[in-house]
Amino acid sequence: MADYAHPEVLVSTEWVAQHRTDPNIVIAEVDVDTAAYNEGHIPGAIGWAWNTQLCDTVRRDILSKQQFEELMASSGISNDTTVILYGDNNNWFAAWAFWQMKIYGHKDVRIMNGGRKKWLAEGRELSTEIPQPKRATYKASDPDLSLRAFLPQVQVAMKERSAALVDVRSPQEFTGEILAPPGLPETCQRGGHIPGARNIPWGKACNEDGTFKSYEELKELYRSEGIDGSKPIIAYCRIGERSSHTWFVLKYLLGFNNVSNYDGSWTEWGNLVGAPIERGAAAVGA
Amino acid sequence: MRAEDYRERRIQIDDWPVTLTSYRVGDVYHCKADNVSPGATLARTSGVTRQQAEEKAIARARELLARTRRQPV
Repeated sequence: MADYAHPEVLVSTEWVAQHRTDPNIVIAEVDVDTAAYNEGHIPGAIGWAWNTQLCDTVRRDILSKQQFEELMASSGISNDTTVILYGDNNNWFAAWAFWQMKIYGHKDVRIMNGGRKKWLAEGRELSTEIPQPKRATYKASDPDLSLRAFLPQVQVAMKERSAALVDVRSPQEFTGEILAPPGLPETCQRGGHIPGARNIPWGKACNEDGTFKSYEELKELYRSEGIDGSKPIIAYCRIGERSSHTWFVLKYLLGFNNVSNYDGSWTEWGNLVGAPIERGAAAVGA
Repeated sequence: MRAEDYRERRIQIDDWPVTLTSYRVGDVYHCKADNVSPGATLARTSGVTRQQAEEKAIARARELLARTRRQPV
């Protein structure tokens, strides 16, 4: 992990096994499938449900500053707590939580490399006990919106080619063959991708055991698609969680400065009246 | 407690590649079926044997995958 631009944001399963009871560490599991936590989790880990605790449940949005502060405080997290995030699907929603924690300025948040999958595969200890954290005091920073892309910015980026658009969905979603991952509800009216976007599926950044590929492999993966950090990068997927995984890779493992996550993603763009859409494979040299 | 007998295998369900991940925690076998690309969970089941947990997961995954429409590109 030492070659990454910011190796301090990753910890290994072994490190977590050794440090999970350290004072000032809170471990949080964030799964796509919120039932996974109840099957068994790292002893002492709290569980966050992405669909109720890591978003506004009324309007479509991430947590407000106030909601974020409440989640941190009720989870026993103060501003100087070291937070370790992990989850299923190679840390999809752990990355989503990481992204929000960085938006609100949390200093020391890290991801467990390999996530839940690696912890299970290694036969490490599990628990079904739900911790009851002691309430903490938390003061969030104002949101750092440089980490988040909104529709108008994406529209400008598409028109002026002022930012590289990285679509991290599967090739079948990118081409428009399917409207959602196989077996999941269709949440858009049209299939395809934002004109000019490159298709680099999120999973290409991972090894079979769920860990991140090496710095050199990641650099080559994105370089081969013209993504080298020389201009701003906007990552998107369907609802913003897969793209937060890629955002993490680009910003923290490769160290590109100007990377944002368009969490409106395809469920916003693919439902917009009159929005331009490309179908099929990406145009050569786009 | 810990996950034991951890196993992953790739199968096809109606032309869709699916990964089945199964393991035992205590006396219960758990199984997760996910679509290979992108890897989202389709079903999470349990049973007293691996076979039982897997069969339930496959049945549920088949039901969900049958709803996926392919568009002409």
